[in-house]
Amino acid sequence: MINTSEILQTIHMIEAEKLDIRTITMGISLYECADPDPARMAVKIYDRITKQAENLVKTGEALEREYGIPIVNKRISVTPVSLVAAACGEPLRAAGAMDDAARETGVNFIGGYSALVQKGMTASDRRLIDSLPEALSTTERVCASVNVASTRAGIDMDAVRLCGEAVKKIAEATKDTDASGCMKLVVFANAVEDNPFMAGAFHGPGEGDCCINVGISGPGVVKRALEREAKGAPFDQVAETIKRTAFKITRVGQLIAREASDRLGVPFGIVDLSLAPTPAMGDSVAHILEEMGLEVCGCAGTTAALALLNDAVKKGGIMASGHVGGLSGAFIPVSEDIGMINAAARGALHIEKLEAMTCVCSVGLDMIAVPGDTPASTIAAIIADEAAIGMINGKTTAVRLIPAPGKKVGDEVEFGGLFGRAPIMSVSPYSAEQFIARGGRIPAPLQSLRN
Amino acid sequence: METVNKAVVTVLGTDTTGIIARVSAVLLKHDANILDISQTVLSGMFTMVMIVDLRNSVFADLADDLNRAGTEMGLQIRIQRSEIFDAMHRI
Repeated sequence: MINTSEILQTIHMIEAEKLDIRTITMGISLYECADPDPARMAVKIYDRITKQAENLVKTGEALEREYGIPIVNKRISVTPVSLVAAACGEPLRAAGAMDDAARETGVNFIGGYSALVQKGMTASDRRLIDSLPEALSTTERVCASVNVASTRAGIDMDAVRLCGEAVKKIAEATKDTDASGCMKLVVFANAVEDNPFMAGAFHGPGEGDCCINVGISGPGVVKRALEREAKGAPFDQVAETIKRTAFKITRVGQLIAREASDRLGVPFGIVDLSLAPTPAMGDSVAHILEEMGLEVCGCAGTTAALALLNDAVKKGGIMASGHVGGLSGAFIPVSEDIGMINAAARGALHIEKLEAMTCVCSVGLDMIAVPGDTPASTIAAIIADEAAIGMINGKTTAVRLIPAPGKKVGDEVEFGGLFGRAPIMSVSPYSAEQFIARGGRIPAPLQSLRN
Repeated sequence: METVNKAVVTVLGTDTTGIIARVSAVLLKHDANILDISQTVLSGMFTMVMIVDLRNSVFADLADDLNRAGTEMGLQIRIQRSEIFDAMHRI
């Protein structure tokens, strides 16, 4: 029988330490919606999504109520649209249908306006990448991603160049809202097929018909546990405390995932063991790193602290869930983490340090605002750098940069809500134009002689 | 599963007369059986935890009535299915 102090501890974690389920994401295959006629494809996509996800939001709300834990987002991911729209050649029609279906089902984002081009691009992939500025500026809830590299295939530098240009065009197309369209595009290396988190979620080609993936959260819970149980203690104890806490958080994620899957009659996919921050006070990954003894996130020691955190979260969570997947690790999106925002505003956290941190954390250079006059080639080169880290280290990396038009270092962009705000970070003023102009492919790396 | 119909009701707030009576009356109205109850007052803060059997109750209706009672008495009253506590604290 559960005792009173355990019950009160759970309630305290939810109420005071902001433990929540970050997202229940329903992955839906759209293969059956391919059609040579664009209008028919759009109807099929809309019907397929609205039928399959009809009860998603309602079920999520019922679970929140019955288990007393917030489920912040209910979302949908679909088969990469470049595959589905290849037959008709009009990916934008799919974007419109996805947006309408998202509105109808009540989800706040739908991911999968995507192309997987790590080895090369089909005509459909190119059309999708070309359409990104229009797709992301004319729809409200559609999220896009492009996988430009993998450990097995190397880096597709032509796709990297196109993505750099697309980011600039999206920024221009959404300049009235400080390039908010750029928040909805993630450029990946080693993208995972079952990621429940936006903007990079898509329902991979190897997935089944439909599944439920759950993303957990809880940086606040980890930080408070460290304050309580490992104040000034050696790192062994820090790691143990994080593991124990991650176990508890993940068990809740597993419970909700199982329950959602049963009620919706859809197979359970994975639990994503992630620490996803929000801009709210007490919900910051940077503050966990600072709790370990760093004066401010970004100072020397930050990479080591993040490596420990990331690894301990996985070790603690893995036994708590039947299937672990997705991105699983600590997220470091600058604008969505109050500790990162403050560190950047103080000048303590720079893009170079963030790049180093991405070698040991869950994803990559995420939600970073850069000057509006940053050239497309520089953005492409940053994508290439990040893809190289992912490719060599066999991990997922990603880039979500926001070159806010008219903004320069010292300014700030405000996105609102979970997206937060971001001080503009400086990037190298020196040119990578000729580097990016080469195109072609960077070959896949050796899997031996790993030094 | 053994715990499938169980929920945990927690009541937190300033101690006043009639809290247990009021909460019990709501539970009775919804035919929810109290399986276990523990209650303490720490520095004037009333803390009560009840384990209840919901096999004859409609969760959402009971939750609404408990919320209403909590608002009227100035207390925080929560009801949560017991699996969340089992999941977190038991392997």
